[in-house]
Amino acid sequence: MAIHTDPPASGFRPSMLINDTRYRGLTFQFIALVLLIFAIAYLVSNLFGNLAAAGLNISYDFLGESAGYDINQRLIPYDSQSTHLRAAMVGLLNTLLVAFLACITATLLGVIAGILRLSKNWLVSRLMSIYVEAFRNVPVLIWILIIGTMVQQLPQPNAFRGENASASMLFDAVALTNRGIYIPGPVFGAGWTILLVVALLSVAGVVAYRRFALKRLYDTGRILPLVWPSLLILLVPSVLAFFILGRPVTLDYPVLRGFNFGGGVQIGVPLIALWLALSVYTGAFIAENVRAGILAVNRGQTEAAASLGLRPRRIMNLVILPQALRVIIPPLISQYLNITKNSSLAIAVGYADITATLGGITLNQTGRAIETVLLLMLFYLIISLAISAVMNLYNSSVALKER
Amino acid sequence: MTKTVVLGALAGVGLLAGAAGAATLDDVKQRGTLNCGVVTGLPGFGAPNANGEWEGFDVSMCRAVAAAVLGDPTAVQFVPTTGKTRFTALASGEIDMLARNTTWTFSRDTDLKFDFIGVNYYDGQGFLVPKALGVTSAKDLDGATVCIQTGTTTELNLADFFRKNNISYEPVPVETQAEGQQQYLAGACDTYTTDASGLAATRATFENPGDHVILPEIISKEPLAPLVRHGDNDWADIVRWTLNALIAAEEMGITSANVTELAASAGDNPEMNRLLGNEGNLGEMIGLSNDWAVKAIGAGGNYGEIFEKTIGENTPIGLARGLNAQWTDGGLLYSPPFR
Amino acid sequence: MSDTHAQSVPFVRESFIPEAPPPETDTGVVAWLRKNLFSTWAYALLTIAALYVIYVILAGVLPWLLNGVWNADSIQQCREILAGERGGCFAVLTERWNQLLFGFSYPTEAYWRPTLAFALLFVAAAPVLFTSVPRILLVATLLYPFAAYWLLWGGTILAPLVGLLGVIGGYLVYRRLIDRSFAYGLLGGIVAAAAIMWLGGFVVADQPRFLSLLPVQSRDMGGFMLNMLLGVICVSLSLPIGILLALGRQSSLPIIKWICVVFIEFVRGVPLITLLFVANVVLAYFLPPGTTFDLILRVIIMITMFASAYIAEVIRGGLAALPRGQYEAADSLGLDYAQAMRLVILPQALKISIPGIVNVAVGLFKDTTLVSIISMFDLVGMIRGPILASTDWGGVYWELFGFAALLFFVVCYGISQYSQWLERRLATDHR
Repeated sequence: MAIHTDPPASGFRPSMLINDTRYRGLTFQFIALVLLIFAIAYLVSNLFGNLAAAGLNISYDFLGESAGYDINQRLIPYDSQSTHLRAAMVGLLNTLLVAFLACITATLLGVIAGILRLSKNWLVSRLMSIYVEAFRNVPVLIWILIIGTMVQQLPQPNAFRGENASASMLFDAVALTNRGIYIPGPVFGAGWTILLVVALLSVAGVVAYRRFALKRLYDTGRILPLVWPSLLILLVPSVLAFFILGRPVTLDYPVLRGFNFGGGVQIGVPLIALWLALSVYTGAFIAENVRAGILAVNRGQTEAAASLGLRPRRIMNLVILPQALRVIIPPLISQYLNITKNSSLAIAVGYADITATLGGITLNQTGRAIETVLLLMLFYLIISLAISAVMNLYNSSVALKER
Repeated sequence: MTKTVVLGALAGVGLLAGAAGAATLDDVKQRGTLNCGVVTGLPGFGAPNANGEWEGFDVSMCRAVAAAVLGDPTAVQFVPTTGKTRFTALASGEIDMLARNTTWTFSRDTDLKFDFIGVNYYDGQGFLVPKALGVTSAKDLDGATVCIQTGTTTELNLADFFRKNNISYEPVPVETQAEGQQQYLAGACDTYTTDASGLAATRATFENPGDHVILPEIISKEPLAPLVRHGDNDWADIVRWTLNALIAAEEMGITSANVTELAASAGDNPEMNRLLGNEGNLGEMIGLSNDWAVKAIGAGGNYGEIFEKTIGENTPIGLARGLNAQWTDGGLLYSPPFR
Repeated sequence: MSDTHAQSVPFVRESFIPEAPPPETDTGVVAWLRKNLFSTWAYALLTIAALYVIYVILAGVLPWLLNGVWNADSIQQCREILAGERGGCFAVLTERWNQLLFGFSYPTEAYWRPTLAFALLFVAAAPVLFTSVPRILLVATLLYPFAAYWLLWGGTILAPLVGLLGVIGGYLVYRRLIDRSFAYGLLGGIVAAAAIMWLGGFVVADQPRFLSLLPVQSRDMGGFMLNMLLGVICVSLSLPIGILLALGRQSSLPIIKWICVVFIEFVRGVPLITLLFVANVVLAYFLPPGTTFDLILRVIIMITMFASAYIAEVIRGGLAALPRGQYEAADSLGLDYAQAMRLVILPQALKISIPGIVNVAVGLFKDTTLVSIISMFDLVGMIRGPILASTDWGGVYWELFGFAALLFFVVCYGISQYSQWLERRLATDHR
């Protein structure tokens, strides 16, 4: 450029810090930084002043001490002699467990409800509207409490006892009680590893078949059936192997033993209540996202697909859903985050998540409020950031590739 | 460099202010109300009634202290606290004292920097079971599901008891008394465990209290005591001796009915005279007026009266005096002399 | 062609046939049923399943609702009246009505005050929510916070009056200085407001009895009133903070942007309950010794922080949705940053963000129930605490939880319907 305006040679005047747009940004940032540092310094000095006045200190030593309390739901070995840190880990895993389960069921529920709400069946679409509005407009804590109370109305184990028991097991295998759902658990005998290998191979086979079918579709335009061959590939080898190997995996049925059922696998009632509550609550939100996503796809797309001669199911699968997904995924991610965060209300139904163990019992027993609450926030922050990172990766993979 | 100076200066100011705020008595007098931490709702010990007034055994302790310090038993601001918030509320100065059936333990007294000022109720942890279960001893509870209120020492006692007896159990943590009761009645747990007094209080609200029994084993010592912040000994003395005054009053036969009469003139019991301010100057020694004990006793009566009114055998709670009888009646209540 | 009519004359109709009604199967109830409920066998199955679900729900709820007891003193009495039949014990609602709405320690004789404040809320909100309402009512909106403060907390009317004067004074100064620069205007306004309030403080301290209502402390507030209070205050406070955060996050100044990003992501990454724990058990340690402001204030700070991060994200979406041309147009007019934002960008961005903001507000209002976990007696706290713990009403949970759910549903459904109405009205694209 020919015209090049140098800054005025008169030099720098202090008023330029405010009036000159080149420097004003720097001034503001400097002021903001100084204010921030002062605010933090003020808070921290208050903290140390208060702690010193009360004779307390900040220390994470308590994490290594024995916790002394028991936890009913644990994915890793734990007893009352384990450390507070281990109790926190048990809680963390429980948080992840319920969040994971609730994400899956909430998605299923939400997709079904969202599609049904758009269905032409008057009754069903109204029913789904009622479901969505009822759950969206009432606080999740109230739903957790209500559903927690609901599952308490299941029969207690005692009701299964005796000659004229008032409750009975489903198929002699599943017991629904207000202490948990008892289902038969697998017992692994000799040779089960071979079975596992066979099963894994069948899964790989299904994937391979689907790829093959897709390639075939693109190459020749012929559509191969997908559902029943997949099922065949998945099930037949495993079932055959199961019998050839002489039933290496048997089932252990729950039976009444002492105060409770023994044997089998127990899914505790707090987990069920929280899982259910989070699923139906978040499901209502996801239903709305799904509905909005489907409605966001231009009507012309449906009509274009129909004019190509596609049947309604294929229109949904091949045209609408792939486009709708792009609209649905981002709010879905925030719903998953919400599930994780809402799972912190677990203590209302007695589920031992991380808020209940680290932020509840450990805090109470040790009195280390600052340390535990900070640690708790850190855990949640890490979980949240991890979920959004993973989901954003997925999101960018399905996002429209624009050139 | 500048930053450290600023930090240091700020910290110094903080320390000074902290020292200035240490005289709880002055704060209370200046404020005109006593901030007293209580339970969020436990019938008999501390719960708002239908009119929203707090009443109960622990609540009466707050009122007695308010009467002794401020002369007015209603000059109390009750701050409901949960198991989680009670200690922070006290440590941060939000409340002046905590009377919330809190167990006196070593670590709370030392590590958490509190001063327990004396036991106002000797309790122990027990088990409540339905009669129909046919259990007669806590040792029969192998494999049982146990409802337990979180954030209390009962949780630790429970773990210890079952470990010691080498039997297993499954805990169901609940947050409030009401939820524990709800779970227990729905049969979601076989037994509910908490302080025996709390069990009695809970059982009293049942539809058929007779269908439930409290097992004979008391698995822990639970001396429930009011507490104050560590380091303000003057304030601790006031609360401690208010409690002692209530206990001593029962021993000497001073009741809310006759306290004004007895205080009107010096009698022939020198200790009673000193307590009621007719002899010596005990009140001045703790920075209060000489009739402090008269006001404290006048607020809700002596220890025995408070007990009978809130949790005694004629209330729905129906607790016997037991360990909480005067030492002269075979109990553990034993006030140091007023001298 | 059939042979039988081979010889017939070709028929030509000379008049129209009168319109025949559609066939029986295509009109009325039958057609509606066929079209909407039984069009295919899958739909028919679905319909039957839906009917069964409705039956199960109604069979469970109706007897409980219709057979309910509305007059009794305790659950024991309820059980006597019901004599073994199924029915709700709704007497708890009538007996504890005031406690559910106002908490247990709000002075009984002052119940009219929150009720009036609640009614006035509609007057104050109307001009903001509906553009058809006369603009003059915006004065009511401005006056409302001060009037509501006076009604709810009581004390002398001078305190809110001084606050109002401070705001007005600050605004006048701001108007005078805005011509020089936005920063000057803002600074001058704040200084003037603070000065007036500081001076007014002496008047208030001098005349504490002037037109005084019975003072009520924050911790005496409870019940549904507390939920409303927290919801309204925190949403109103979080709006301006959210706008600032959103602008900060969009800003080109790296340090400011960085501060805003960290704040927003941090707050959005943790559950509200942990922030409430901070308010309850940690915040006191970070304040100068001796300043013990009460729990409700600490909770308001934390919920406001929480809400403003979410609102900031909504507004950021609005800012991002504005076409780039709007920014460039504002620049080309020679507007500086503050002017461009104030006059061009924000009015449009806020308009786009309104539905999102309303959603955040509804979510926040629902989240105010979490304060029950930190021993505050809001509606849920009242139910879980004093009412269910009382000897009279221990065990009446369905009725109480149902009532709480209904109350929240009415409010939240109302707001979300408004939001949808607004969305339709604001929709400028014609699809």
